Amino acid sequence: MLHDAWRRVAPAVRRALTFWRRSIQARVVVSTVLLSAVVVSAVGWILLQQTRQGLLEHRVELVLAEVETEMAEARTRLAAASPTGVAPGRQQRDLVEPIIDRGDSRGYSVVLAGPEGQDVPLSEGGGVYTSGLDLVSVPADLEAHFDGVGRTTAWTYTGIVRRGDGTAAGSDDEPVPAVIVGSQVQLPADGRTYTLYYLFPLTEEQETLGLVTRALFTAGVLLLPLVAGIGWLVTRQVVTPIRMARKVAERIAAGRLQERLQVSGEDDIARLAYSFNQMATNLQRQIRQLEELSWVQRRFVSDVSHELRTPLTTVRMASDLLHDARTDFDPATARSAELLQAELDRFENLLVDLLEISRFDAGGAVLAPEDVNLDDVVNRVVTAAQPLADQRGVRVVVEHPDDPVRVEADGRRVERILRNLVTNAIDHALADDPTEVVVVRLASDDDAVAVSVRDHGVGLAPGEAAMVFNRFWRADPARARTSGGTGLGLAIAQEDAHLHGGWLQAWGRTGQGAQFRLTLPRHLGAPLRHSPLPLVPEDAVSSDAAVVPGPGTVVPPREVER
Amino acid sequence: MSAASASAHPGRGRVLIVDDDAPLAEMLGIVLGQEGFESRVCHRGDVALGAFRDYRPDLVLLDLMLPGKGGVDVCKEIRAESGVPIVMLTAKGDTVDVVVGLESGADDYVVKPFKPKELVARIRARVRRTEPPVAESVAIGDLEIDVAGHSVRRGEEEIPLTPLEFDLLVCLARNPGQVLTRQVLLEEVWGYHHAADTRLVNVHVQRLRSKVEHDPEHPEIVLTVRGVGYKAGS
Repeated sequence: MLHDAWRRVAPAVRRALTFWRRSIQARVVVSTVLLSAVVVSAVGWILLQQTRQGLLEHRVELVLAEVETEMAEARTRLAAASPTGVAPGRQQRDLVEPIIDRGDSRGYSVVLAGPEGQDVPLSEGGGVYTSGLDLVSVPADLEAHFDGVGRTTAWTYTGIVRRGDGTAAGSDDEPVPAVIVGSQVQLPADGRTYTLYYLFPLTEEQETLGLVTRALFTAGVLLLPLVAGIGWLVTRQVVTPIRMARKVAERIAAGRLQERLQVSGEDDIARLAYSFNQMATNLQRQIRQLEELSWVQRRFVSDVSHELRTPLTTVRMASDLLHDARTDFDPATARSAELLQAELDRFENLLVDLLEISRFDAGGAVLAPEDVNLDDVVNRVVTAAQPLADQRGVRVVVEHPDDPVRVEADGRRVERILRNLVTNAIDHALADDPTEVVVVRLASDDDAVAVSVRDHGVGLAPGEAAMVFNRFWRADPARARTSGGTGLGLAIAQEDAHLHGGWLQAWGRTGQGAQFRLTLPRHLGAPLRHSPLPLVPEDAVSSDAAVVPGPGTVVPPREVER
Repeated sequence: MSAASASAHPGRGRVLIVDDDAPLAEMLGIVLGQEGFESRVCHRGDVALGAFRDYRPDLVLLDLMLPGKGGVDVCKEIRAESGVPIVMLTAKGDTVDVVVGLESGADDYVVKPFKPKELVARIRARVRRTEPPVAESVAIGDLEIDVAGHSVRRGEEEIPLTPLEFDLLVCLARNPGQVLTRQVLLEEVWGYHHAADTRLVNVHVQRLRSKVEHDPEHPEIVLTVRGVGYKAGS
């Protein structure tokens, strides 16, 4: 259930996260709002504290002054009264009642506690106080302060608690914050010291503070969306040109080199756009130049090759004629005719390969895919290479799997690759050695097919496996070639493999021979992830063999360790 | 010199060489002369048709790049008035040129640089019908083929075919119900003994269909067997 809910919400969450990751604007706005909220809160808090302090100080000042006045008046009254002859209780009331009355009218409460020095807690009675007041309103520490004679006037904050007394109003109210001021007075009637507590409620100040708080809060709440809006607008001014630059850059990357940014004004953005345009112009010029150069070069190679063809055809025919008639010549001329013929073959093969490579370079090579039975192709190739193998005294063995190996590929190109690998292997195998076998192995699985060609000749030195696919590369410049390769065969084979989205890889070790492996995806366009055949042959002696993929190929990491 | 060779092997055939490259054309003449063919050279495309009418060759060797008039146009002109075999000489192995040449009516092509033996084999394959005619009649679909008389009839109507198209049709008709791969057809009709361009077969089957089928879009006489080849319709 939770899982289902998550599955429903997940796409939205992912979209939101993507938006967050991609949009500078969103991030700037959110962080601006967050920071502003912190700043506004801090400022508000400080303001509130100061207001509160100011209000309270002012109020305390007033209160103390009022208490002073009251006390002075009370003392005057007491002094005016005759010191004896009056019951202390009566005098107490005479003292307190006018103050209570005045307190009622002016909004403060009064408590007369005492007499001091007898350790009677206020709550245990004895005091006279404004009706309805709960004596817990007088804080214990203040009471303790006045638990003695001759204490100075003191004040503190407290909360006024009203006693319910059945009257509904305010019975369950929170204590009202208040300032309590205590001051002692000596009653002439009994000569004892009594403490008068004045409780001034801070309702008004609280209201004022509440008003200020609300005002600040409202201001803050209004401010944040404004800040968000401002942030949005300001970042938009910066982000919009950046986004436009991005779009233009994407278009340029897609090949529309003539795209430019609009430059308006002289600010940083405009200068960015100006520099961007300049960069694009320079790039465009460079690319055009390179394109022209490469076109000219390609054209040149193609033209040269074509121009060579017609005279070569004539020479070829003339040579054939001479070659056929060589029996009538003297030995030197006859041998010359033979050499001419043989070298013309080489020249022709080279020209054909050069034309093929130039076609690859021009990107003009196109696949003609068909359903190819690799077993047939391999048999054909091996049969065709048999004369060369016989001449070199090398056996060629083909290991077919039980099932036919079928692949969607360009049969002509695949055959050319395999022809190259097989002649190459025969060429480099140990000549006239009865134990020497060139093994051609086929394999396939659901995704890929592979053919490996193994020889046991001189092999490849470390690092050479990568170079065998280079054009005109020779392992040993001094070594003779028997099959008359052009030096372009493996380069063309690799281009052919890449055209199929396949791999052509080489393995080799000095003295252990070499193995070439062609891997093709079973269906064109499908990605290739592994090969049904190992690149390093099973009979390889050591595992630290020089395994190097051909340029541009992707070797699965596990492949090397096998 | 060609006359002397021709006399040694009389009646092997006459070849018109249309190529602007003089040394190549001369060399072709020499090689063909050795093989017993008579030949005449024409260097320009715009006079090729005149030379053809004048010389009445048994085969035309036609370069595609010609001054005056392109080889493809010359090919179409010759094909418009004769079914004589045309072999293109092309310097480009590119698909488009070959296909355009074949579609304009050429029977076969060789790519420069070619081996002279290969060229001669191509030419021989096209002019070999000097063998004594055998009276034979085969049927394919609703067509009646007179092999000796080189004619194809649908009822009373005679269908004009080039020799190559005729050979192709006869080859299919002689193997009723049997699927012939493109490889086999290349060997039987064109005389190739090794792998060759299967587009030759495709293009000529299309041309043949356009002449013999009631509806070339839905062939009934030359049927395609997907992935294998062609067979004769019953």
